[in-house]
Amino acid sequence: MVPALSIQNLTKSYDGTPAVRNITFAIEPGEIFGLLGPNGAGKSTTINMVAGATRIDSGRIEVFGQDNRRDYLLTRRLIGVMHQELVIDNFFTIDQTLRFHSGYYGVTDDPAWRRQLIERLGLGPHLHKIMIKLSGGLKRRFMIAKALIHKPPLLILDEPTAGVDVELRHTLWDFVREINTQGTTILLTTHYLEEAEQMCGRIAIMNHGDLVALETTAALLERLGGRTLLVELRQPLVALPPGLERCGARLAGNGCRMEVPMNGGPDAGEVLGLLCSQGIAVADIETRRAGLEEVFLKLTGIGRRERESER
Amino acid sequence: MSEQRRFIPWLPFVTLLQKEVRRFWRVASQTLLTPIITASLYLFVFGATLGERISVLPGFSYAQFVIPGLILMGVINNAFANTSSSLFMSRYLGNIVDLLVTPVTPAQFILAYTLAAMIRGLLVGVAVWAISLYFAELPWTNPLAAIGMAALASFLFAQFGLIAAIYSSNFDSLSMYSNFILLPLIYLGGVFYPISILPPLWAGLSHLNPLFYLIDGFRHAILGVGDLSLSIAFGVGILLASGLFGWAALLIGKGYRLRS
Repeated sequence: MVPALSIQNLTKSYDGTPAVRNITFAIEPGEIFGLLGPNGAGKSTTINMVAGATRIDSGRIEVFGQDNRRDYLLTRRLIGVMHQELVIDNFFTIDQTLRFHSGYYGVTDDPAWRRQLIERLGLGPHLHKIMIKLSGGLKRRFMIAKALIHKPPLLILDEPTAGVDVELRHTLWDFVREINTQGTTILLTTHYLEEAEQMCGRIAIMNHGDLVALETTAALLERLGGRTLLVELRQPLVALPPGLERCGARLAGNGCRMEVPMNGGPDAGEVLGLLCSQGIAVADIETRRAGLEEVFLKLTGIGRRERESER
Repeated sequence: MSEQRRFIPWLPFVTLLQKEVRRFWRVASQTLLTPIITASLYLFVFGATLGERISVLPGFSYAQFVIPGLILMGVINNAFANTSSSLFMSRYLGNIVDLLVTPVTPAQFILAYTLAAMIRGLLVGVAVWAISLYFAELPWTNPLAAIGMAALASFLFAQFGLIAAIYSSNFDSLSMYSNFILLPLIYLGGVFYPISILPPLWAGLSHLNPLFYLIDGFRHAILGVGDLSLSIAFGVGILLASGLFGWAALLIGKGYRLRS
């Protein structure tokens, strides 16, 4: 099957500083694919190169098998992109801008589809307001409608829920799931890792322009997530008890909490036995399965840096 | 949901043109009314007060001499203002990216911006001419040549506006193009006086001013007399317009300062 998006050895630098370094991945038709990474990781640069807003230094991008530079007239029609920044034209209303956008993509206005987008995204009461009078949330909704107005088979959402309230976030994700079940492939970036965990079948993680992980969400969590034993202590400790340093345990919460990774080291019973044998009173215990956030922090090294700064 | 609808290749151009026209129409008080009022004030000063008292061209009143220049000044200023402000604001606000990700080709991009600017410039020109009827009648010796020269001038300065919008990094640098290039060229280009009455040195220098050829050509087409022949005026105008169009096309085709 021809991938919805194929990125091969993509590279981009700004004034000699690498923004994207030789990344390669593909997205299959019908997927919801997450592209994650900290700020400055190269996600938006990658998306902008796919969409055509940023020039490619080297490498190749294909959209449904078509080269996005040679066949740009075709590939741009296959992509709908919602940019991270609030990109609006203050001169016009929602209704006018949506009609313009159909035209920019070379397709005549489809009133039924336009009405459906307006209705599903709750834009109806604001249809004839000029953009400058819309709230931030409404502008985001409008930007999704704008990205979808030409019915693209590949929808790119760059931080679609940034600065959006909980209710709207749910509305947006429900809508994204709905259009995905109708056949639209989705590439999304988000800072809300919980959302990526729930929405995405596969996830790629970028850091400093490199692709540091590319797996199914489940495999990523399985491989890098693991479980952690959290032990609440009655009295704070100043140092880890002998026997626990080597298994990667650490003290947190001013010595009142011990976190013991359970990846091949001692199990919960052994840890408790060791603590009791040394007269350390335990107030509570809990085991926690790591989420995408921990995986993300592990891969991007942010957690490690934070721990180092804590010390 | 994502069935492909029939692609109409010319629709992106027509839509962008429509959007650009509606953009200036929406703020017509700034984009049309203000330049018309400015030109009306000039007409009042040079038409009603000085117009009948002085003459710089035998056989014509000063009002008749100055009106073609004022009409073309309106055309040029507004063609330049339309492309420069629209493209610069799109770059400044970031919404240019909305166009860059669509199948609007560089040729469609340039032509839509240019045509909208020409429409605005020519609308102002027509309005100034209509108001000028109150002060003086023009002989319109060669109306086709006059319309051609107005269209050429608006095309040329629409390209200049695109180039200025691309090179400008902020509002100050954009206004530099208007205040330090366009304005002196207009005022020294023979709107208010014939170049032939200047001392030889200044008359010679005026021949380096591209506006001189456009204004003189336009006036020549209307009054039937001018410092230059119509063919020279058109020749220089077409040459300049082609050069600026090529420059703008190169910048926009490459996405210079548009695509990162």
